[in-house]
Amino acid sequence: MRAAFLNSWKVRIGLGILVFFLLLAVFGPWLTHLMGLNEQANDMSAIARPPGGRHPLGTDQFGQDVLAQVIVGARGSMYVGLLGALVGTTIAILVGVPAGYYGGRVDGALNFLTNLFLVMPVLPLIMIVAGYLQGTGLTTIALIIGLSGWSGGARTLRAQSMSVANRDFVRAMRMLGERGRRLVFAEVLPHLTGLIASMFLQAMIGAVMAEAGLAFLGISDSSAVSWGTLIESAQQQSAVLRGMWWWFVPPALCIALLGTAAAMINFGVDELANPKLRVARPARTARTARRLAQAGANR
Amino acid sequence: MTAVTLPVASAVGSKTRAPRRWGFLARRLGFYLAAAWSAITLNFFLPRLMPGDASSAIVEKLQSVSGQQMTPSQLESIQKIFGDPSANLGSQYIDYLDQLAHLDLGISVSNYPTPVSDLLWQGLPWTLLLVGVTTVLAFLLGTGIGTVAGWKAGSRFDTVVSPLTIFASAIPYFWTALLALWLFGFHLGWFPLSGGYDPDVPSGFSPSFVLSVMRYGALPAATIVFSALGGWLLGMRNMTVTTVREDYVLLAEAKGLSGRRVMLRYAARNAILPNFTGFALALGHVVGGALLTEVVFDYPGIGYLLYTSVQQRDYPVMQGVFLIITLTVLLANLLADSVYILLDPRIKEGA
Repeated sequence: MRAAFLNSWKVRIGLGILVFFLLLAVFGPWLTHLMGLNEQANDMSAIARPPGGRHPLGTDQFGQDVLAQVIVGARGSMYVGLLGALVGTTIAILVGVPAGYYGGRVDGALNFLTNLFLVMPVLPLIMIVAGYLQGTGLTTIALIIGLSGWSGGARTLRAQSMSVANRDFVRAMRMLGERGRRLVFAEVLPHLTGLIASMFLQAMIGAVMAEAGLAFLGISDSSAVSWGTLIESAQQQSAVLRGMWWWFVPPALCIALLGTAAAMINFGVDELANPKLRVARPARTARTARRLAQAGANR
Repeated sequence: MTAVTLPVASAVGSKTRAPRRWGFLARRLGFYLAAAWSAITLNFFLPRLMPGDASSAIVEKLQSVSGQQMTPSQLESIQKIFGDPSANLGSQYIDYLDQLAHLDLGISVSNYPTPVSDLLWQGLPWTLLLVGVTTVLAFLLGTGIGTVAGWKAGSRFDTVVSPLTIFASAIPYFWTALLALWLFGFHLGWFPLSGGYDPDVPSGFSPSFVLSVMRYGALPAATIVFSALGGWLLGMRNMTVTTVREDYVLLAEAKGLSGRRVMLRYAARNAILPNFTGFALALGHVVGGALLTEVVFDYPGIGYLLYTSVQQRDYPVMQGVFLIITLTVLLANLLADSVYILLDPRIKEGA
């Protein structure tokens, strides 16, 4: 199973990109230091300079190095992504799994809550809350994103745990007199880990993108550095209309790459879980045909 | 998800089917009513839970903007919506509902003394037009291309289009909009840079005004369609790939029906159902997406109104916009649910 998972080229590329950005988030500030760059230093001799020379990705309006900001910004964005996804996924588990397992009145109440959040327009809600809060740090933003974006996951988990709850092994444990809560979290939940992992990934990307969107709308912590705040400051200085593409392209490209990575992993997981999606492609060249034959022989 | 309950309709007959449909609709209606009530209540609690006293802050702001004392009736209306510190929560809630029933949402601080409801009425048609047109367009285009890609999965078309779509849908929406604005608006100069209509043309239902609206709306609409397309496309592709292997599709092919007929009437008709459920749910996200569009293009809709009101901490407008957005999304969902009944005769709640 694990080998099959890694065999898909989509999964391998996706995981590679994801690990790269995680490492960047952990070691980024140290790395920029090593490269002799400082994301806060204002280089007055090079203001709004295109890429090249001492600044591989150019500088912004204030003479700050764009590459250094992108690298350091990875930490801020990944922090919001991970925390937001953690909060969101936890709520999704706490709401979705019991709803599916217990059914009846518990399900009625929890499912209503899920559906409610499902139809609520999330972005306006976040904007309003952030507007009332006045002044938001990255942690607050991550929490708001997590608290408002769990409903889709809860719905999927509810459906899945509903089917797991009726399997024989769960029935057997119930007859043996195991407690309800233990049944839910020790018997049912482990069977949903794959699903939860892919949900977490999706939620993380969602949170990174939501953070960028919120920063763009002016809801961010101006002292923190993230890809979102980078794009926001580029927008504030109307970098787009001045043609300073090296300022606003790199951070957005990072976000897009991260999103693609997550989508590719999920695509691979989907193909694994649903064999119908796996398309038997005709071997076009002799080389691939030989490789396939070899793989068949090895098995 | 793909496991469907077989229609019992053939055995039970069409007589009982109609009441079941109505029952489904009634349950959904009940849900949306409850959801609307929750939204209204949330709107009531939000300003009261936040630090500080919202109503006195608004009164203070209003007085400094207008430079005069507020009339007692204005003061009362603000306090009814944002809370009178001297009254208890229960009576505040009743006052608030009473105020809403009169469609009185207070006065805008930044556009003193325009009532909030007037601002909403000005913005709502723009957003509805933009979001309505683009949502339907994106859904049709995405589903159409997805059907073709899924019908011949693994073909050259599929291997090029599907990964590209994954990448395109991972790009932050507002960034696509910014890039489009820079390329087509600024660099090439094909489209106007901001606004929803030509200010030199008198507004009204004259052909020149409609033309200017279309010219100003084209670029924002194109960016929304571009970024909303991906989800529909991928969903439809994957569903088509699974339905293509079904026995009834094989049978249809064996009968010698034309390829196009099998694709559209047999495979796509069944594959479209999950996408359609998604269509209802996506409406909420589209309104959120339109918020960003309107900010990028200074489009005079509800989203832009929300953006400016949050920036200026114009609480009455913030409050009113949120309420109207939620209610509109709920209404749109109800409509989508009703259409779904027509599409899927074996309707079963929760499926």
